[in-house]
Amino acid sequence: MSGIEVMDPKPFSGMAADLATHAQQLATEAAGLAGEATRLAAIQAGGGDPFVFLFTVFVLAVFVGYYVIWSVTPALHSPLMSVTNAISSVIVVGALIASGPADWSLAKAFGFVAVVLASVNILGGFIVTQRMLSMFRRKR
Amino acid sequence: MSSNLAAFAFLIASVCFILALRGLSSPTSARQSNFIGIAGMVVAVVTTLALPGVLSYGSIAVAVLIGGSIGTFIALRIHMTALPQLVAAFHSLVGLAAVFVAAAAFYAPESYGIGTAGHIHAGSLVEMSIGTAIGAITFTGSIIAFGKLQSLLSGKPLVFPGQHWVNLALGLLLVALVAWLCIGQSPVAFWLIVALSLTLGVLIIVPIGGADMPVVVSMLNSYSGWAAAGIGFTLANPLLIVTGALVGSSGAILSYIMCKGMNRSFLNVILGGFGGEVAGPQGDMGDRVVKQGGAADAAFIMGEASSVLIVPGYGMAVAQAQHALREMASQLKNRNVTVRYAIHPVAGRMPGHMNVLLAEAGVPYEDVLELDEINRDFASTDVTFVIGANDITNPAAKTDKSSPIYGMPVLNVEESGTVLFVKRSLASGYAGVDNPLFYRDNTMMLFADAKKMCEDIIKALESGRH
Repeated sequence: MSGIEVMDPKPFSGMAADLATHAQQLATEAAGLAGEATRLAAIQAGGGDPFVFLFTVFVLAVFVGYYVIWSVTPALHSPLMSVTNAISSVIVVGALIASGPADWSLAKAFGFVAVVLASVNILGGFIVTQRMLSMFRRKR
Repeated sequence: MSSNLAAFAFLIASVCFILALRGLSSPTSARQSNFIGIAGMVVAVVTTLALPGVLSYGSIAVAVLIGGSIGTFIALRIHMTALPQLVAAFHSLVGLAAVFVAAAAFYAPESYGIGTAGHIHAGSLVEMSIGTAIGAITFTGSIIAFGKLQSLLSGKPLVFPGQHWVNLALGLLLVALVAWLCIGQSPVAFWLIVALSLTLGVLIIVPIGGADMPVVVSMLNSYSGWAAAGIGFTLANPLLIVTGALVGSSGAILSYIMCKGMNRSFLNVILGGFGGEVAGPQGDMGDRVVKQGGAADAAFIMGEASSVLIVPGYGMAVAQAQHALREMASQLKNRNVTVRYAIHPVAGRMPGHMNVLLAEAGVPYEDVLELDEINRDFASTDVTFVIGANDITNPAAKTDKSSPIYGMPVLNVEESGTVLFVKRSLASGYAGVDNPLFYRDNTMMLFADAKKMCEDIIKALESGRH
């Protein structure tokens, strides 16, 4: 760095730009390393790889599902099917992210179609469930 | 919206979905639970829209408007008899949506933070392939199921030699393609996985007969959930994973209940080929006589009884007889006859179908009882009125070891004082099995269309009133 003071001012700006780019690269690498460090720390803390974390959530949710579904009365198994149909369309979350970018691309077109399909299901599923449930009445 | 806040909102949505399913434990809590489910979906959608990467609200609004209005229109117009087809059709859409989301993730992986195009993490590609494959199988499988339920396709199972080996080979090919995708990151591999899974979906469902459709619809319900969970892993989104797991286990449990209702193993149903052969009544049944009656006889017998149990089956739904049936029951109740309904788990074309049809006709749900609750009461019942059902009442399932339906739980209708059996003809049921119940001394056959018979009984009851 001590050489800077004897240099010409002309290449100085170019060099500054180079340095800035270099600094940016270093920052990106540092961020990457920090991310990696966090991941490793998480593994050491027993949290594991992100996949292991997600898999934990998955397995626990299967158990929750098992107990919740067995408590559903057999009389309401049809509404159960239509409401699970509606909520499985939560896949719309992925579709919305895909169709999110401002510019059109192949991925955005796929996302657009997926949003249409999921919307049919969300509205259709919840409405048909509501129609069914409103039919179940007590004795007058 | 910060990612922590978004994750928290997704957690709230997950909890809403769990509560929505939990509320279905009783009809009283069910209605509000549906609103909790809707609230969860609103939270999920709004949170996603607030994510920094989601910018083009215009096109999204158009997509939601198109899809939403189609869904609303269909849901408001559909007849409850056509519910199984509708659910099958809806499952196909979830499957196809999963395929499209996976395709979007493959072409623009940076949107989901799983790498860059051509350099997607191998783990993400495997998860993506699983989501895509299950989604595509759900799509075509549900379309075939829809076709069979809507009678666009024959309900007969389509079997050919070596079928299971073909499926196995295609399954192994699928695994090879996933490996190719992970190594080569090739779009060709991705689309081949889609094409192969679409084919597999057709091949898996065609050998399954019309009578097994309750299992198929439940199974596809389960698949649509697993597809959503697979996509959830790709996007590292716990909400999709939780919801997918809930729906997946729900469908699996319903499939199990349906299989148990038919005394079939799940594998036996999946391998298919059941319920197509129309075996006529065996020769030695030829000289047996049936007692035949008319609407006036039925009205007299039921009017004089103190308790009547009605056993409805899918035939009642086909004849659209549920409203006339409920009217007949009201007439009997006015004469102080106790009227209740006995529902077999596989009485309809989807789990719980009969309950919905009876509820639609205005039957209070306390009067509708499940097989386990009611089966002991037949012995103390004066009259059982079987309408549009057959195999689920067949006593041969309890006694005849050679019967194809041996071991299937059946309603003990023959234990009641008199059995009135509404039927178009003596033809056998879906399973192609003759029903010895027809030839019993305490059985009276009422040969007629289910709806017409109920209407005639109502008339006879009205004219017989003093």
